[in-house]
Amino acid sequence: MAMFEKILIANRGEIACRVIRTCRRLGIKTVAVFSEADADALFVRDADEKVFIGPPAAAESYLVIDKIVDACKATGAQAVHPGYGFLSERKAFPEALAAAGVTFIGPPPGAIDAMGDKITSKRIAQEAGVSTVPGHPETVSDPDEAIRLARDIGYPIMVKASAGGGGKGMRIAHDESELLDGLTRSQSEAMSSFGDDRVFLERYVENPRHIEIQVLADQHGNCLYLWERECSIQRRHQKVLEEAPSPFLDEATRQAMGEQSCALARAVGYHSAGTVEFIVDPNREFFFLEMNTRLQVEHPVTEMITGLDLVEEMIKIAAGEPLALTQEDVRMDGWALEARVYAEEPSRGFLPATGRLVRWQPPGRDHVRVDTGVVEGDDVTMFYDPMIAKVCTHGAARAGAVQRMAQALDDLVLRGVGNNVDFLAALVAHPRFRAGDMSTNFIAQEYGERFEPAPVGGLLALRFAMVAACMRSYETDRAQSVDGQLKGHKPFRAKSWMVFVGGEAIEVELDHDHAHTWQVQARGHAHRVRLDWRPGRIRFDAIIDGEYFTFQADPIAEGYMLRHAGFQAATLVRTHFAQELASRMPEKIKPDLSRTVTSPMPGLIRSVAVVVGDPVKTGQELLILEAMKMENVVRAERDGVVETVKVTSGDTVAADAVLVTLS
Amino acid sequence: MGGGDRRIASQHARGKLTARERIELLLDPDSFEETDMFVEHRCTDFGMADTRVPGDGVVTGQGTINGRLVFVFSQDFTVFGGSLSETHANKICKIMDRALEVGAPVIGINDSGGARIQEGVDSLAGYADVFLRNVIGSGVVPQISVIMGPCAGGAVYSPAMTDFIFMVRDSSYMFVTGPDVVKTVTNEEVTQEELGGASTHTQRSGVADKAFDNDVQAIHELRRFFDFLPLSNRHEPPTRPCEDPVDRVEYSLDSLVPANPNKPYDMHELISKVVDDGDFFELQPDWAKNILIGLARFEGKTVGIVANQPMVLAGCLDIDSSRKAARFVRFCNAYNVPIVTFVDVPGFLPGTAQEYGGIIKHGAKLLFAFSQATVPKVTIITRKAYGGAYVVMSSKHLRGDVNLAWPTAEIAVMGPKGAVEIIFRGDLGDDAKIAARTEEYRTRFANPFVGAGRGFIDDVIMPHGTRRRICRSLRWLETKRVDDPWKKHDNLPL
Repeated sequence: MAMFEKILIANRGEIACRVIRTCRRLGIKTVAVFSEADADALFVRDADEKVFIGPPAAAESYLVIDKIVDACKATGAQAVHPGYGFLSERKAFPEALAAAGVTFIGPPPGAIDAMGDKITSKRIAQEAGVSTVPGHPETVSDPDEAIRLARDIGYPIMVKASAGGGGKGMRIAHDESELLDGLTRSQSEAMSSFGDDRVFLERYVENPRHIEIQVLADQHGNCLYLWERECSIQRRHQKVLEEAPSPFLDEATRQAMGEQSCALARAVGYHSAGTVEFIVDPNREFFFLEMNTRLQVEHPVTEMITGLDLVEEMIKIAAGEPLALTQEDVRMDGWALEARVYAEEPSRGFLPATGRLVRWQPPGRDHVRVDTGVVEGDDVTMFYDPMIAKVCTHGAARAGAVQRMAQALDDLVLRGVGNNVDFLAALVAHPRFRAGDMSTNFIAQEYGERFEPAPVGGLLALRFAMVAACMRSYETDRAQSVDGQLKGHKPFRAKSWMVFVGGEAIEVELDHDHAHTWQVQARGHAHRVRLDWRPGRIRFDAIIDGEYFTFQADPIAEGYMLRHAGFQAATLVRTHFAQELASRMPEKIKPDLSRTVTSPMPGLIRSVAVVVGDPVKTGQELLILEAMKMENVVRAERDGVVETVKVTSGDTVAADAVLVTLS
Repeated sequence: MGGGDRRIASQHARGKLTARERIELLLDPDSFEETDMFVEHRCTDFGMADTRVPGDGVVTGQGTINGRLVFVFSQDFTVFGGSLSETHANKICKIMDRALEVGAPVIGINDSGGARIQEGVDSLAGYADVFLRNVIGSGVVPQISVIMGPCAGGAVYSPAMTDFIFMVRDSSYMFVTGPDVVKTVTNEEVTQEELGGASTHTQRSGVADKAFDNDVQAIHELRRFFDFLPLSNRHEPPTRPCEDPVDRVEYSLDSLVPANPNKPYDMHELISKVVDDGDFFELQPDWAKNILIGLARFEGKTVGIVANQPMVLAGCLDIDSSRKAARFVRFCNAYNVPIVTFVDVPGFLPGTAQEYGGIIKHGAKLLFAFSQATVPKVTIITRKAYGGAYVVMSSKHLRGDVNLAWPTAEIAVMGPKGAVEIIFRGDLGDDAKIAARTEEYRTRFANPFVGAGRGFIDDVIMPHGTRRRICRSLRWLETKRVDDPWKKHDNLPL
């Protein structure tokens, strides 16, 4: 078969941009399909042609097979790359394309089918000699039967949606009551997400690591494994940080996992890129989880260590070309890391956020790769996945890749939409992560249900103080360059500032050295600070005593909101006199807002669990809000009695709308 | 000093600084020169002869803020509760007279229990003397009132006539009659804070321009605000070095206006992305939020910004927003501050509340103010500019100097749907016909080119280049001069 001349991308956002990039390099024309919400999106502008396919809701656009097939016919696209999500793992899609004479850039429908169902896939895996987790192979719907089966398998038990993926419709139960609850929830979520409420049970491996093998198979019976990716840093089964290789695997385990993965791929007649997911217990015993018959979100880390372009390989395989390399040729060069930047509110339990990217400046340095589908000024809507970008870094060793990631996250400017950048920075700086000591429970163990940046203190407070004092000194000088001054006015320059940061007042003495450089005395030591900050600039670099840092600043009254390495602090710069006076001001008591329960995001009220007069305990479910296809339980943040309920099931609510008040 | 250690401690315990601390914090170090430190009251009634305090409850003088001259009075609550006596008033009048003569702003820090009741009519006369100077000085030198304690009864009318009022949350209040009188007369029970606190005046009444958390923050922000102000009507607005490139492009502005004409967007983003350093000193941010006003700079020189805010009431003009913007436009014009207007206005807000409230006359204030303004006027239409509201918002017809439009601008008598429902009233039952007519009207008028074809719009510009176009316009407009026919004064529809 000859190479394709035109490829349609049945996807949107960053992955569409990613596929277009490779196509362009290969000289292949591209067609984008887009919904109403994406009319001006980057991927639509990047593509050579575009086809409108309907309203914003994916179910009426990106998920409608006929519309994609029609778009192929209309544009003469010879092949379709499905990206990930949407139609990428629906057997009916490649079948419909084949019927229309269009090539699917992905595995054969039979392989999708075999691996799409978790129960079937596990059986096939067992038959292919792949290590699997104990569990019951059939779907279960009857609660009594579930309880009986669970006794055989042994707790803890995981309830999983048969058609699931991405953590949706998944629940863990440690006892029978949790099992019954999990069963109902899992079924209802599976129904709303996939239109299929079948669930099954299996043993839950505690403190596992999530390690997956990237495989690449051609249509001529060749199959390679492109090493592993470790994706243990997840939150409620959503991957957050991924890396390749894994800091945990030894050569023997890696080889065993790789070979079993290839065996599975061969067993289902697989071709194209695919991923076999495993969980690995602390003794390096590994169990098959599932096979993803598509390109994974986190594929860039594999590309960065192997030097391969997986999209290019997929296209060539789909065109019938044999793999150009053998297992011995597959390189493992250094270390790569990926951080997923999500639109979410870490301080509000990671609820999805929406809004306009008022400021969006992705990092751009050597050894940094950013895959994104947005530009500054784009909207993050509630219609699609809340991922804004994938930031990837590479280093010769893990430490180097981690260091570059920390720098990249410091560089990343994002304003206007709640996001997890500070959280990512905190993760990357975490000693356990740095030591490679992690499991899929890492986030839950270290942070719980929400993330608040740690208070600023110690050395960082000193750096914030010195930087802010220099900034103020710069602004004070400029303010005194105004015209219309009184004759004889002698510009004053405070020699010493009091900087209030992290609950501490730090005295900072400044001596202007030359442009943008200061000699600084603070906490009894001499320092030298150089800044490239100018008023209005958010991101800037500082050299403090020869060490290089990137900070971000937003102006606030009397100072700056400074950020660095996932920390942020209001940093107020005052003269000694102002600080002395400020210290005399009595502390103001913040009004108590805990009585009102507000909507954390725009969405639809699925159910209300309380009525007026109900006593509630902290953490008790008040109602369920559906947004971004996820059911979010809104809980009481304190004990009390329900005073008013402002919404009923089926209401659409805006962010911050009052839902319930407690007395 | 002041009323003694005990009273000063009590002042601090209320979260308030003393009169002198406030002045010292406000002015450049060592720049304050005090006037009338030795003045004492002359009252002998009710035992007052025995209680004389030098300065008589107010600290007055002049100093500089970043080198620029300013006259200041600061009432001292620790001395006779900051009450206003004849001599207290004389001290204030003295510095106001000097300010007017030399052309420098006056900042009044208010913290006073009211009239010195022991003096009776002398105290009243003192208020009147101050009021008169507020009026004579209005439009000559900027006057700023900072309310940092009580300001009640007749005393409120001095700040009311100044250009700007700033308040401090939880420690300042202003009202004509206090809660006790209100209870006696109307039976309403209300606290001082509810009746006249900072939140009341910045959110409900619109009396105050801005509120701050405490004295220290208020004075810091006041210094920042002062840096924007011209010294007097004889001065040009201040200019300082600017490192923000004139030709800075902001491509994200190209997607600011949503494709759906009924979807709002935040006008703050446009303002902060075009002005120098993103620094917009917004005034009255919490009242009549359907219009934005405030000071900013282009190329280091102060401008006044007026902008419809589509996020609130779709950016409609109503009574409050018209009053808010009108007074600000007149401030800018009085002190030679160029006005940059961003327009996205679907019209005037309909309803009985508006009509009964007199929107006709209040709306006319803004029309009057923009018409009257002879300072450089640059107007950018971002989206809707419908009907009378289009004319009002610094249009070409009201002596707009540079009127630019984004490609998304629609200059029309009204929205396409409304227009079609009037013109083709006969087709009202026929949805298909109406839809077709609406589309026809939209194609014809929902763009800036009809207006541009008449010369009502000077140019259609891409949003990303807005900053450059504004800066360039302001450069050549700097020497603009317009002389209107002589009159004693206008008759603004008050």
